[in-house]
Amino acid sequence: MIQISNLHKSYVMGNNSLHVLKGMDLQIEEGEFVSIMGSSGSGKSTLLNILGILDDYDQGTYYLGGKLIQGLNETRAAMTRNEMIGFIFQSFNLISFKNAAENVALPLYYQKVSRKKRNLIALEYLDRLGLKEWAHHLPSELSGGQKQRVAIARALISQPKIILADEPTGALDSTTSFEVMDILKEINDQGKTVIIVTHEHDIAAMTKKIIRLKDGVIEEVIKNGELQLFKDRVRTE
Amino acid sequence: MFDIDRWNEIWNALAKNKVRSLLTAFGVFWGIFMLIVMAGSGKGLQNGVSEGIAKFAANSAFFWAEQTSEPFKGFKRGRYWHMDSEDLQFLKDKVPEIEYITPKNFTGRFGNSSNVIRGKKNGSFNVKGDYPDYIKIDPVTILKGRWINDLDIRDKRKVCVIGEKVFESLFDPKENPLGQYLKISGVYYQVVGLIRAETQININGRTEESVSLPFTTMLQTYNMGNQVHFLAITAKQGIPVSVVEDKVKELIKKKHSIAPTDVQALNSVNIEKEFKQMSGLFLGIQILTWIVGIGTLMAGVIGVSNIMLVIIKERTKEIGVQRAIGATPRVIIGQIMLESVVLTTVAGYIGLSLGVGLLELVNRIIESSPQPPGERAFFTHPEISLTVALSALAVLIVAGLFAGMIPASRAIQIKPIDALREE
Ligand SMILES: Nc1ncnc2c1ncn2[C@@H]1O[C@H](COP(=O)(O)OP(=O)(O)O)[C@@H](O)[C@H]1O
Ligand SMILES: [Mg+2]
Repeated sequence: MIQISNLHKSYVMGNNSLHVLKGMDLQIEEGEFVSIMGSSGSGKSTLLNILGILDDYDQGTYYLGGKLIQGLNETRAAMTRNEMIGFIFQSFNLISFKNAAENVALPLYYQKVSRKKRNLIALEYLDRLGLKEWAHHLPSELSGGQKQRVAIARALISQPKIILADEPTGALDSTTSFEVMDILKEINDQGKTVIIVTHEHDIAAMTKKIIRLKDGVIEEVIKNGELQLFKDRVRTE
Repeated sequence: MFDIDRWNEIWNALAKNKVRSLLTAFGVFWGIFMLIVMAGSGKGLQNGVSEGIAKFAANSAFFWAEQTSEPFKGFKRGRYWHMDSEDLQFLKDKVPEIEYITPKNFTGRFGNSSNVIRGKKNGSFNVKGDYPDYIKIDPVTILKGRWINDLDIRDKRKVCVIGEKVFESLFDPKENPLGQYLKISGVYYQVVGLIRAETQININGRTEESVSLPFTTMLQTYNMGNQVHFLAITAKQGIPVSVVEDKVKELIKKKHSIAPTDVQALNSVNIEKEFKQMSGLFLGIQILTWIVGIGTLMAGVIGVSNIMLVIIKERTKEIGVQRAIGATPRVIIGQIMLESVVLTTVAGYIGLSLGVGLLELVNRIIESSPQPPGERAFFTHPEISLTVALSALAVLIVAGLFAGMIPASRAIQIKPIDALREE
């Protein structure tokens, strides 16, 4: 699904250049549930943004679903994002003057699905996430967990292959965090590739594969079978 | 385009900045309102004035004698002279370009003392000596009876034609003035016609307040010899009246021993020239209107562009989210342009409607206000042609597009990742 080799990314600010990703190689198969970990500033968001075609990279190659993602114009990038990727953000990023259902329906609006149809589908998705009664509430009337569930519904509605989530639980308390993770796990069980960025070990431990970044490269990949070991290690750390 | 979400989006964007939206919209509103009101008023003035003179023969000129201003052939300067009846035939023979030539004489109107008497009623009116052809130059509506005819001239009949005001002061409203007698400066005349002026051009007093006698009758009754006070001439079709004017002046001066260089002795008015000056003035008013109107409109449009920029800045994040979940640049540009067009067009449309409404109101007030008969307002039918209104709307839409262009391009320059980055 995702194939990255020798990926480089630097941020240039005036005369300074900050080399964040330094020749990264990464492969993620369809249906994986992956968390990206690493200390603050290690380039987790940078990597996720490149995966989501929100940002471009300097060197190397990135294949998404067999297609080379390089130098796309903004229209192609937007269309690819709309088709392939669902985003979940730490701060939800719901549109404040649209109600829950309208927010969820938005990606279908860009696909030119008729209003009636997309609102129906949006209600379906909200129902699945247990938010049917909240469909006509504005984001400001929802709790953090509810907002994130609306955001998840919005990420799912265009039936993308991949869900990208940058610190999806970063703004939530631990109970709500686990609820959100349960939802993501369910989504993954239905066959979608889910990639989250987190710095919380217990959150990462709920995924099936952990990628640890350090100094712009992958320091360690912990796979399914080794997760128990990872959990023990975290406990003793 | 007609997706309700899109309009929702626009409404929300504008409503979130109510005060600013209103202020900017007001700029556009005011611009178009001023444009419409000014253009309409200009047109109203033009209508009023042209209705007042439209029927007057445009190819006419008038002549009257003044004191000479130069000595000539043994005459001193400052000499009093006058044209005479012989000049009429003389000019007809010598100037083939003349179509109509009619003399017009006046008796003095002595202050407010009554010169026209009928039984116990009396009044002070202008008394004129006229020719049958005169109404071909300055048309009148004949309300009753007839105008002066050739027999009146030939037989020097003691008849008269009266204006509406004269009728009102000397007769009961239901009375028939025809056949009745008026005593004018001591002599009795029979009324043969009642007229109303069609133009606002008045020579030696308003037509409404005038009594016209046959020219020859006046000469005889008031011992005017063969003097002609005033000469009205029209040129034949296709000939500029200035040509006739120059020829007439030259011939008359020669005939009456006036220096050819004397510009004062024979005075004249050339209606054609006056018309031209007037239309130049109206053109000037129109141009000024459009310059001021479009200037104001531009200021409004720049305001719209500005508010859109501010809105874009405040919505950077929202636009970032939209782009992350699949809004293409076209969608974003389209939305911002549409917002801008909606803002300008709605504001402009309101300005347009209120402007037209105001003109209509003024028009109604003018039309319903009682006017003396035969008298017209110099300001009528202030109006805006459909073409002007439609082109103003078109200008608004185009202006709205332009106003949206800068903010739209600014919005797509923001990379989604920059828009989304959390501070
Ligand atoms: N747009 C940017 N311009 C300059 N520096 C940036 C930009 N985005 C991120 N950085 C820097 O790059 C490094 C990696 O950032 P990021 O990928 O956000 O880290 P993480 O998400 O792992 O905390 C940090 O030092 C950050 O300050
Ligand atoms: Mg980060």
